[in-house]
Amino acid sequence: MRIGLFATCLGDTLFPDAVKATAVLLARLGHEVVFPPEQTCCGQMHVNTGYQREPVPLVRGFAEQFGDAAIDAVVMPSGSCAGSVRHQHEIIAERYGDRALRAAVTTVKAKTYELSEFLVDVLGVTDVGAHFPHRVTYHPTCHSLRMLRVGDKPLRLLRAVDGIDLVELPEADSCCGFGGTFAVKNAATSSAMLHDKVGHITGTGADICTAGDSSCLMHIGGGLTRIKAGTRTLHLAQILAATRTAPYAPTEAVR
Amino acid sequence: MSRTFLGMPATPPRAPYGEGNLRGDAAFPRAAEGELRNEQLRRNLGRATHTIRAKRLAVTGELPDWEQLRDAGSALKTDTMNRLPELLEELERKVTERGGTVHWARDGVEANAIVARLIEATGSDEVIKVKSMATQEIGLNEHLESRGITPYETDLAELIVQLAHDKPSHILVPAIHRNRDEIRQIFLKEIPGVDPSLDAVPAHLAAAARAYLREKFMTTKVAVSGANFGVAETGTLSVVESEGNGRMCLTLPETLITVMGIEKVIPRYQDLEVFLQLLPRSSTGERMNPYTSMWTGVTPGDGPQEFHLVLLDNGRTAALADKVGRAALHCIRCSACLNVCPVYERAGGHAYGSTYPGPIGAVLTPQLAGMHAAKDDPNSSLPYASSLCGACFDACPVKIDIPSLLVELRHQKTEQSGTTPEKLAMKAAAGVMKRPKLYTAAQKAAGLGRVLGGRDGTISHLPPPFSGWSDSRDTPAPPRQSFRAWLASDEGAATLQGAADEGARQRAAAHDDPEEQR
Repeated sequence: MRIGLFATCLGDTLFPDAVKATAVLLARLGHEVVFPPEQTCCGQMHVNTGYQREPVPLVRGFAEQFGDAAIDAVVMPSGSCAGSVRHQHEIIAERYGDRALRAAVTTVKAKTYELSEFLVDVLGVTDVGAHFPHRVTYHPTCHSLRMLRVGDKPLRLLRAVDGIDLVELPEADSCCGFGGTFAVKNAATSSAMLHDKVGHITGTGADICTAGDSSCLMHIGGGLTRIKAGTRTLHLAQILAATRTAPYAPTEAVR
Repeated sequence: MSRTFLGMPATPPRAPYGEGNLRGDAAFPRAAEGELRNEQLRRNLGRATHTIRAKRLAVTGELPDWEQLRDAGSALKTDTMNRLPELLEELERKVTERGGTVHWARDGVEANAIVARLIEATGSDEVIKVKSMATQEIGLNEHLESRGITPYETDLAELIVQLAHDKPSHILVPAIHRNRDEIRQIFLKEIPGVDPSLDAVPAHLAAAARAYLREKFMTTKVAVSGANFGVAETGTLSVVESEGNGRMCLTLPETLITVMGIEKVIPRYQDLEVFLQLLPRSSTGERMNPYTSMWTGVTPGDGPQEFHLVLLDNGRTAALADKVGRAALHCIRCSACLNVCPVYERAGGHAYGSTYPGPIGAVLTPQLAGMHAAKDDPNSSLPYASSLCGACFDACPVKIDIPSLLVELRHQKTEQSGTTPEKLAMKAAAGVMKRPKLYTAAQKAAGLGRVLGGRDGTISHLPPPFSGWSDSRDTPAPPRQSFRAWLASDEGAATLQGAADEGARQRAAAHDDPEEQR
């Protein structure tokens, strides 16, 4: 399969290891990974903060970069960016776009996937040949859970990882308090939510808290390092990319 | 198409500024900070919302057709809103035929005046009230007091709130922010003739309230209620409740005045079948609420002999004019969205500044009362009082897509806010992101931000407006190299080739030895 990899602006700029892992994993599974070079951002932050005119060029850019019929599927290591493409791009195109943009958005939306749903639903794999001998707990991010409805797909992928010690996170489905600009605009309420999430995570005794979104992991990780917790965050793709021959090795700063 | 210009109807009015309880004093973030420091509130809210969540999930999960019921409720509400005028006129006709009198109130000011005039006409200077969101919304109690009429709330929690000169903090559990010792103090201070040795045992507190209220039920000649449903087909009004105080108010007085938001009309009597299943299960987590009262006009010799229905607009027509926002009018006031909301759970109801708190309040209040009525209108902060986690949408018995409504109202806010520093920043960000070369250059510049990181590669202090973020979170310094730079490097190409080769070896090995198949 020819897969167009969308790095997401956050992944490309701040969390490249999660995107590298996604590319490595898809290549290992025997697929051709292409990176349309002019991709930037899906515009989610704009839309969620109330700005719908400004992201029109971003929506158009995404559709142009990935609309190519030679790309069979568009995959991204982010539930919220996939949610934006699938649920918000149409709203923007409908309101501020033209007929061509509306058509382009519909086309690209139909082949856009978050990583775990692409692996399980499209490729039909749960065991991706990963080896990860650590204690891990999984936080289902809100947009992957309630916007994309990925359900237990990430957990099925994790359960199939060789050597993993997967522990359940209490109140897993409650929001970590990130919500994009929410964490800045309503920092005190967001902190109260983060405090409870971090408490549940450290209570599991896990070495690693994983999720399918670098943004939520940035938030949770920021709370964990602030209290100098023993748990660190790692994107789901990084666990699935790790093997016996190419084990996980932290290269980014501990976060 | 006709070439004749037919004209556009005038924009329907919002609830008048400064009247009623649809606007707080402070924007949500500031109002929430005070509440977040209230440990009692945090504990009570956490306990109560978790308990109700579990009960709700149990009684909604046991129904095999729960999702179909939600779809039915949603479809009925959509249909109702699509033909609201004709249904309201049908309701008026049926109520009048059955001996009731219908009054139309454009806003809270008109509704308050109508109710006060009707009470004064009976010669009574006091009324008993069954819990009603609509009369709380319009500030009826405050208005009646200004006219020398004393309203008595008869729902236990509403009574506590009223005696404490306080405001409800939850649709369903209005006194959730009070503990039993506080309630004892309130009763000792405010209930005339209460036993001074009253202790804080819940049953004793309830008994003290009951003794006080029984006397009011037996002696007061006028009652004011809200309505959960008004059936257009038959003119039947309905109130659902748990304590029986509603039944007392609706049957004992000589005159009954019901204030009903116009969106509470439902087309047919049969539609109650859907809503009377959805409401209690979503609300209190009960299969059936203890008391369901229904009445149709006046029944000679039985119950109130005078019945008035006040139909309240107060911004509802304005909400109806918004093709996205109008879905907020589907709300049946169950409070399920409050109980699952992580923001409500921490900040509490008062932070929203409105009769309608929580996720539904964040989309309903700005539509009823507007969010641009004054500079820095507190209501304009409400659509942002959410992390867009979506738990409310999943819980809503009539499937109101609250996250999408929040995003829509945020857009309306930015459209009407003129030029702000935030808008300039958003324009600048989009300006960079739509130019891939500029974006790549900006990524390289961001890499220079590594100097901000301490020895552990994290940034622990940021300037405003990000200082609230950095108060409790570290931020990673940008990495040495972006993904696209890595991918274009020799290392990137070699790594991907290595992964492809390893995968090929794994598949070949699995092919040779099916036991090893992954």
